[in-house]
Order: sequence, then structure tokens, then C-alpha cells
Amino acid sequence: MATHVTRAGLGLALGLWATTVCAGEWSGYAALAYTGYMHAPLYADQARSDFSVALQPEYRHRRENSKDEFTFIPFVRLDQQDAERSHGDIRELAWVKVGEAYEWRVGVRKVFWGVAESQHLVDIINQTDLVENIDAEAKLGQPMVNFAAIRSWGTLDVFILPYFRERTFPGRDGRLRTELVVDTDQATYESSRGRRHVDYALRWSKSFSGVDIGVSRFYGTSRDPRLLLGSNGAGTPVLAPRYDLIHQTGVDVALTAGSWLWKLEAIHRSGPGAGYTASTAGFEYTFSNVLHSTVDLGVLAEYLYDERGDTATTPFQDDIFAGLRLAFNDAQGSELLLGAIQDRRSHARFFNVEASRRLGSLWKLSLQARAFTHIPVNDLLFGMRQDDYIQVELARYF
Amino acid sequence: MLKRPLALILCLIAFSALAETPEEKGLAIAQESDRRDQGFGDSTVDLEMVLKNRHGEESRRKLRIATLEVRSDGDKGLSIFDQPADVKGTALLTFSHKGAEDDLWLYLPALARVKRIASANKSGSFMGSEFAYEDIGSQEVEKYTYKYLREETYEGVPCLVMERYPVSPYSGYKRELAWIDKAEYRSFKIEYYDRKDSLLKTLTWKDYKQYLNKHWRAAEMYMLNHQSGKSTLLKWNNYKFRVGLKDADFNEASLKRAH
Repeated sequence: MATHVTRAGLGLALGLWATTVCAGEWSGYAALAYTGYMHAPLYADQARSDFSVALQPEYRHRRENSKDEFTFIPFVRLDQQDAERSHGDIRELAWVKVGEAYEWRVGVRKVFWGVAESQHLVDIINQTDLVENIDAEAKLGQPMVNFAAIRSWGTLDVFILPYFRERTFPGRDGRLRTELVVDTDQATYESSRGRRHVDYALRWSKSFSGVDIGVSRFYGTSRDPRLLLGSNGAGTPVLAPRYDLIHQTGVDVALTAGSWLWKLEAIHRSGPGAGYTASTAGFEYTFSNVLHSTVDLGVLAEYLYDERGDTATTPFQDDIFAGLRLAFNDAQGSELLLGAIQDRRSHARFFNVEASRRLGSLWKLSLQARAFTHIPVNDLLFGMRQDDYIQVELARYF
Repeated sequence: MLKRPLALILCLIAFSALAETPEEKGLAIAQESDRRDQGFGDSTVDLEMVLKNRHGEESRRKLRIATLEVRSDGDKGLSIFDQPADVKGTALLTFSHKGAEDDLWLYLPALARVKRIASANKSGSFMGSEFAYEDIGSQEVEKYTYKYLREETYEGVPCLVMERYPVSPYSGYKRELAWIDKAEYRSFKIEYYDRKDSLLKTLTWKDYKQYLNKHWRAAEMYMLNHQSGKSTLLKWNNYKFRVGLKDADFNEASLKRAH
């Protein structure tokens, strides 16, 4: 009897689910990428080239006459060389309830804070999906309960983050890694609750005419692990991620005046060691319709600072970023971004080229090239010094 | 004795009416045009853009646009991109201002990132089309100075022709020549002259329809770039007025969930 009731309930639930699901909308993309490395690999198991495929469907459902929304975005990548890079993730699985002056956002989501181009210091809610891209802009879905009060005095976001996502790292076969492989199975936590430690975050933000300001506060497990020397079961030396508990206060400001867009991000973080300050500050100056064409040219410059200097967990402690952004404003939406980051003391340099162009209405071709020069032995990028690469990706949107 | 001052006063009034300068008359036309469209409250509309290059090759864009009338300042706008598929979910939030540069924010769904756009970018192309941001933005009276030129018939419609000069130094234009119909004060044609004062583009409006017995909206707008030979056709569909949009529908939170 009970089984029948359960079955009937299940049937009813499935029926309801089917009717709601059918009212939703699917979109997304599938992509094929090829990466060719310019130099022979440094480490035995690495290869000269790599193919991978990725799929990211998006499902959205919004009821008629309602702003409330359900979103589901799974992601999967299969990589020819690196088993760690073959991975799946739920980027979003969330429900948003929209009220008169508030929003509830519950589930797995992605949240971005910040204004800078070269690095994202203030952005702390989501873990980096590092195997996707060394630019740290790919993020893993973060489970959360987020309440936002949207008032005349600004927006106040409260986050409760009940589950921690560990950073992904390339495996032994992958390039763009540290000399010693990061063994993610050996991750340790400062909190005895490990990845079940509940993290909290608060953010106030407000836009004025010409100015956006955000102030944020985070307490919980750091998204940036320290990498400690250890060994795996076979006795091979590896790096083990160590996730500390930290407090972080962040400020981000964007200010526009004419062709200038000024940007500032600054954080103060305290954890088990000494507290420290880090910041990114710079500008983007845009020339519209250069030389009577439809091309917009942006000139970017940023200074990257980390008080910890050489002991920083980032390669950017006293670095200058300079870049050019070209938006061709053609029917294909062609874009080109050229950038370089130079360490002011070691003169280590990192070059970045990103270009993309639409083909027809459903395809997009993207190119990414990165190079590393003058990388000193003590630099965090030392293991990547031979990993200059060109990546071509063809994506089909649906 | 009493009759003479009265005659003088009447004479002065008549003279001052006659002495309205071309600048005053141009401004009066712009104000009247603006006054006649006041009170629409809010609106939503679907937009299809057909971009054509000089070889006649077409590409299409689809957007949804929501607008909120702001009495004390410029209007607020939210544009949501549906096609092409790779920019689906991208959205643009605009706060236009009467006495200052507009505020613009772009939402990029792939990064879940809201980016402010520098105000000087107004002369840049909107989505690769022949429309600049400033052409499709809210046309506030205060954004230009004016000069009335003449009466002229455009495609059988009696029009007032005037020049307007963008106040913002970041505008891509030195001047614009506008044809506005005498009966309803609707725009029928604008010629855009670039900073070197050569004819850059011509925008024409077609198929006006009246909503709420007051507000005129064209079903088609066609922009031809004389210098590049490229063109963009805007097709406006499904206009809805007073759908109950509020200030809260035009902020960062609504921008992020616009899609």
C-alpha cells in the first residue's frame, strides 16, 4: 500500500516535473579544441599536442508571469592526454526567487566580483577550475544560499556556502603544471570539518553615476591552497594542497570619465600566517572608431601587487600588465586581446593572445596563444617555461 | 492716450514671436516632440536587426528591450541579446542622463561578470551594426542644441527640418539633420555628419503605429552607412506599454538574470 502511494506520488511528481521542464528552454554549446605546444615537454609523461571536446548545455525555466527562475548548467570535458583534465562539473543548478526588493538564490551557482582584467583578487566565492584555463577564469559551481537585499542604499548580499570545492590541477600527463604534480587526493584542511566547513560572505555594492563600488568580507576555507611537499603512496614526491581558514576583506571600484575606465581591486587577507595586502590597479582607455573604421581599440594597463613578495602564492607580486583590446564591430563579432605581464624584478614575462570570430550564426572560432619567457627558477611559473602554446577551438552553439 | 501703449505692447509681443531665433524654434520643436511622448510609463519590445554588408550578405540579431520612463532624468533601458547564439544571455543596462554622460553596464554570462562601459564608447557600434550606442539610446532633449532650418516635404509628409548638435564631446557626430513631421512631431529621417562634417549615415523611419492613443512607434528603422556601403534594418515587433515595470527591473541584479 505504502509502495503504491509512493509510486503514485512519484508519478505525479514526474508528471509535474515533465510539464514544467517542457516549458523551459535548452541552449548551450559543444566545442572541439586542439592545443599545440611550441617546445618539447620538460617532463616524461607530457605530450606535444592535445585534443579535447567539451559540452555545456544550459537549461532555463521561468514560469509565465513570474521572475522566479530555475537554471541547470552541467559541463563535461574529455581530454586526450590528461585524465585530470577529463572532468565534469555542475556549473549551475539553482533556483532564484525574486521579491519586491530582495532575491533568494539557492543551489549551485557562479558569482563574480571585481573589475580588473589581469587577475581577480576580490573574486572569492567560486573555486577555480584550473585545468580548464591557467587564466583562472573558469570556475567550479559553488553550492550556496544567497540572500540579496536590493535597496536605495545599495545591494547587500549574504552568502552561506555549506560545501567546499577543491581546485582542479593538471595531472602527470598534463602540461602547464608545476614540476611536482599536485596530488589532489592528499588535500588537507585547517578546519576539522574539511570541505564541510560552512563559509560565509557578505558584500555591499552600489552604483553611482560613473562609479561602481563594492566592499566584501569572507570567512572560510581559502580557495587558494598552499602547495606543500609530500609524497604519494608509491613514495614519489608530490605537492599536497593545503586549504587554510582565512578572513578576507575586499574592495573593488570602477570609475569612468570620458574614454577612461579606472579600476581598483584590493584585498586584505589573514590566515594562519601573517596577514597581507594585495591589489590590482589600472585603467582601460578606449578609442572608438579608430582611423574612421568601426574598430574600437582599448589600451589597458594594470599594476599587480602582493605584500608577501617572493613568498606569495601568486606569481604576480610586483608586476605590470599591459594590453590592447580590439573589437572589430563586424558582423562576425571579431575580437582580439593582446596582453603581457612582466615581473618588475625578475623580468619574467607572460604573453597572452586571445582572438575570436563568429562563423555563420551558430559557430565560433577562438584562438588562444600563451608564452613564457625569462622565468627564473624560484618563479611559480617555472614548471611551465617550455609550455608556450597555441590553442584553436571551434564551438557550435545551440 | 491709453490706446497707444497697448498698441505698442501688442506690437512688441508680435515682434518677439516673430523674432524667435532658429535656435529657439529648433529647441521648441525638440521639446514638443519630447512632450508628446511623455507618459508612456514603460514598454517592452522585440527587436530583430538585419545587418547587410556591401556585398549584400546578411546576418541577424535578436534582442528584447525593456524601457522605463524616468521623469526627472533620462530613461532606463535593458537590452537582452537572444541571437546570435554565442552572445545569448548577454545584456546591456543603460541609465541615460539629461545633464551628464549615460551609465552603461554589460553583462557577460560566460564569466557571470558585469562590466561598466566607458561613457565615451557611445560612438562605438552597437553589436556590429551601423547603429552606434548613441543612435539607439534615449534621445533626451538636453543631449543636443538645435537650429531650425526650413519646412520641407519628405515622402509626401510635411516636415520641419532642423539641425541638432550633440553636446557630448564623445559623440561621433558634428551635426545631425533631422526631418520631423508637422502633424505629430515624429522623426522621419536623420542624416548624421561625422566629425569632419561629411555625410556618414542616414536613418529613416517607416510604418508608424500609435499606441495608447498617444505614443507613435515605427515598425522599421533603416540605417545606411554612405561611407562603408553597409546597412542595418531594425524591425520592431510586439510593442507593449505599461506592463508594470519598476525601478527594480533595471539594476545589476535584474541585468544578471535578464536572459
